[in-house]
Amino acid sequence: MAKKNVVIIGNGMVGHKFCEKLIAKTDEYQLVVFGEEPRIAYDRVHLSSYFDGKTIEDLSLSTIGWYQENNIQLHLGDAVTEINRTDKIVHTHSGKTQSYDYLILATGSAPFVPNIPGVEKDGVFVYRTIEDLDKMKAHASKCKTGAVLGGGLLGLEAGKALLDLGMQETHIVEFASRLMPRQIDDAGSKLLQGKLAQLNLQVHLNKNTSSIMGENEITGLAFADGSVLELDMLVISAGIRPRDEIAKLCGLEVSSRGGIMVNEFMQTSDESILAIGECALFKSMIYGLVAPGYEMADVAASLLCNIDKQFKGFDMSTKLKLIGVDVASFGDAFISEPDCTSIIFEDTHKGIYKRINISNDGKQLLGGILIGDADAYNMLLQTVNNKIILPPNPEDLILGSRGGAAAEGAGVMSLPDDALICSCEAVTKGAICGAVIEQDITTVDGMKKCTKAGTGCGGCVPMVKDLINGTLAENGKYIKNVLCEHFDYSRQELLDLIKMNKIKNYDQVLDTFGKGDGCETCKPAVASILAGLWNDLILKQDTIQDSNDRFLANIQKGGTYSVVPRIPGGEITPDKLIVIGQVAKEYNLYTKITGGQRIDLFGAHLSDLPIIWSKLIDAGFESGHAYGKSLRTVKSCVGSTWCRFGLHDSVSFAIEVEDRYKGLRSPHKLKGGVSGCIRECAEAQSKDFGIIATEKGWNLFVCGNGGSKPQHAQLIATDIDNATCIKYLDRFLMFYVRTADPLTRTATWLNKMDGGIAYLKNVIVNDSLGIAADLEEEMAFFVNTYTCEWKAAIENPEMRKRFNHFVNAPEEKDPTVKFEEMRTQIKAEAW
Amino acid sequence: MSEIIDLKQEIQKSTLSANLFFACYTDDVPQNGGACVKYKDDQIAIFNFTRRGEWFATQNLCPHKQQMALSRGMIGSSGDDCEPKVACPFHKKTFSLKTGECLSGDDYQLKTYLVVINDGKVFIKID
Repeated sequence: MAKKNVVIIGNGMVGHKFCEKLIAKTDEYQLVVFGEEPRIAYDRVHLSSYFDGKTIEDLSLSTIGWYQENNIQLHLGDAVTEINRTDKIVHTHSGKTQSYDYLILATGSAPFVPNIPGVEKDGVFVYRTIEDLDKMKAHASKCKTGAVLGGGLLGLEAGKALLDLGMQETHIVEFASRLMPRQIDDAGSKLLQGKLAQLNLQVHLNKNTSSIMGENEITGLAFADGSVLELDMLVISAGIRPRDEIAKLCGLEVSSRGGIMVNEFMQTSDESILAIGECALFKSMIYGLVAPGYEMADVAASLLCNIDKQFKGFDMSTKLKLIGVDVASFGDAFISEPDCTSIIFEDTHKGIYKRINISNDGKQLLGGILIGDADAYNMLLQTVNNKIILPPNPEDLILGSRGGAAAEGAGVMSLPDDALICSCEAVTKGAICGAVIEQDITTVDGMKKCTKAGTGCGGCVPMVKDLINGTLAENGKYIKNVLCEHFDYSRQELLDLIKMNKIKNYDQVLDTFGKGDGCETCKPAVASILAGLWNDLILKQDTIQDSNDRFLANIQKGGTYSVVPRIPGGEITPDKLIVIGQVAKEYNLYTKITGGQRIDLFGAHLSDLPIIWSKLIDAGFESGHAYGKSLRTVKSCVGSTWCRFGLHDSVSFAIEVEDRYKGLRSPHKLKGGVSGCIRECAEAQSKDFGIIATEKGWNLFVCGNGGSKPQHAQLIATDIDNATCIKYLDRFLMFYVRTADPLTRTATWLNKMDGGIAYLKNVIVNDSLGIAADLEEEMAFFVNTYTCEWKAAIENPEMRKRFNHFVNAPEEKDPTVKFEEMRTQIKAEAW
Repeated sequence: MSEIIDLKQEIQKSTLSANLFFACYTDDVPQNGGACVKYKDDQIAIFNFTRRGEWFATQNLCPHKQQMALSRGMIGSSGDDCEPKVACPFHKKTFSLKTGECLSGDDYQLKTYLVVINDGKVFIKID
């Protein structure tokens, strides 16, 4: 028997979702899709990211291949122009005809363009499709001032797009008295306005636009109050209008205000025709968000499979990041006294506004608004939707508990099983916890694949993570700190095993202690262990090394590499500076001084790396190991040789220390610093180890960090001499190399250590574990076996051969590498 | 032995019916790693999965950020059925070497190619 035909008109986000949902439920239909746009369904929610580097492919929700694999006929760039309900046939613009058993209208919406004189002028745009964006892009190059008409959610997105297009001045013009009038209140709008002003977005409220000025091309807006705004381009974002034309044409019931009328099964007035998404009108309401559209798609697909599912309206709560500012609104955001009690927190300094509306009996949360900090959104929304009884101090919900430390994520587990966690994909708490218990899903990635939770807007991901960990903990599962799926050991355990069994290569480690074929997590971790134990040349096992270690250089945007020669202590002769300059010129490299007092050369083709390095090595340079999880630099101030405050020669000591530990492979990168006096110009206390001169010797600090979570290093020894300082450093660094988890900096390692700095100090200074001699011996072995990896690589023809882009055309460089010019140097092409 | 004979037959069949492209020699591709070959204006990543005794080939372009980089990625396996995979060196998106499917939960799809080894030479079937 031939399959029944389901014809889908529209290949937007909701139309695509319907296809996914239907084929997941049944294979008894033949699906035929007609899309008006020339390209496959893409993510319209994140459209503005098209201007800050995302490509059409990034935004695509699917591929042609996916449609082919699932045997779905896809006709793009062909709009359906007529529906013949009597014969159940549709006709398309290109002249195709297609019969249907069921017809799904997912025609979406079009931007609403108000009837203002002059809207037809050049330089006036709408904001809906990639084509619209391309047109804006083409026009924007000659514009300095842009504006958006409409201060709603989409209008602000369009404002961001104008900023990204490089407008010197961007304005938002809104008819109402506040921004995002459907989502936030006046106070919230005021705060948001301030934040936007900081980002160079000027907001004009209460503006009734009377005409668009200009001959053929727009030159400005004239307002009813007589004022004028001069500009070069305008984006109209004044709301949406459901695309109901073909429905109207074939006699389906359509609201006079727009929208195809549907019932709770998404059926139109003709029961073999369904409408979903922004074109459908359910109980006098158009749902202009993606999550309810997806829910409609599921309801429609269910109907075709005789599964009883109804659309019951949808929560219009939203959370989004607008131009970097969190904005969220949930539940009944606007209910006000005396129908409720509102708690409002406002911090104009940090730009945070939070409002929660609570029932008068104080038991339930009704809704609220969050601006500037919406971390609490997921939990607050759950509290509203599941009618969870509020704690005695509901202000804690937005202020955080002050005093007693509540465990993070503890609240998540108290949600009922049917609490909707991912509203884009309609995944409940029960489904997520069930996947953890029954299918052993323990990661967010695994959960995304198993339940699709978190694959839509991504807003629920933190909550999904908390649920996974919470469920694991509740079930008494020991969250063992294992390397990855291939090794049931921690790094420290594996290091001990490898050491005891004297194993020197990865395959043997995997055969002896692991399973499967390894992965990008365990390979570099084992590589680091092997390097730390045996100090073999890492290129002997090049394919287990992490991206940068594999080619002894840092891979950068576009696939070129950067080169960082070692400049110990930051001291360099004029002759060496000249060589760096010559090499950079010869190979067209971008040069920049790094934070670690050395010089980085960017933009080297893979095949140029060996020749670049041989020239540097000839001039006396060595590898700087900027690519490795290993010692980077020991920064120094100029010290007593020149400085009138300097107590000791900090440069000489920094060079000695850097030369001693150069090349040491460790769980993460290592940085050091030596300062010649307490003024601390080398910023040694922000390093993994810091040495600061005193009148009597040196003070030694350890486990500091700059980076994303700055932390001051802590003092473990005072007034020690050079030799003692080196001895303690040997012990400290080797203890770290031996015991830390992969990719753990010394600061985090210390923070997780039982007993903290007191324990560490005891191990290093007082040898409380009796391992100091071992640690020193291991370090001595390491120091004595150091070789410059780059020197070894360029001297070995087999290794040198690996530095070509094409194996079958070694003389050719990657033709896709492109540079742009900036301040007379090159930069990588943006992605 | 039977496998080698099969391959030879495959080559004979293929050269008659389809396009086999001589990419490089087997020792051009590092063990348990990848290399990139130029085919016309295209770039193909070849993987020598020595540990499994298998060869794979995919497009060299990582669809995530449009970088010609997959041949420089680390290979390995995923899951109980040991799906062979490659991780892009840029952001560690992983892809099945068999099907080209993205294993990191994104909707990307790599083009994959059949690899034929004969007499120390690596051939790629182009369709």
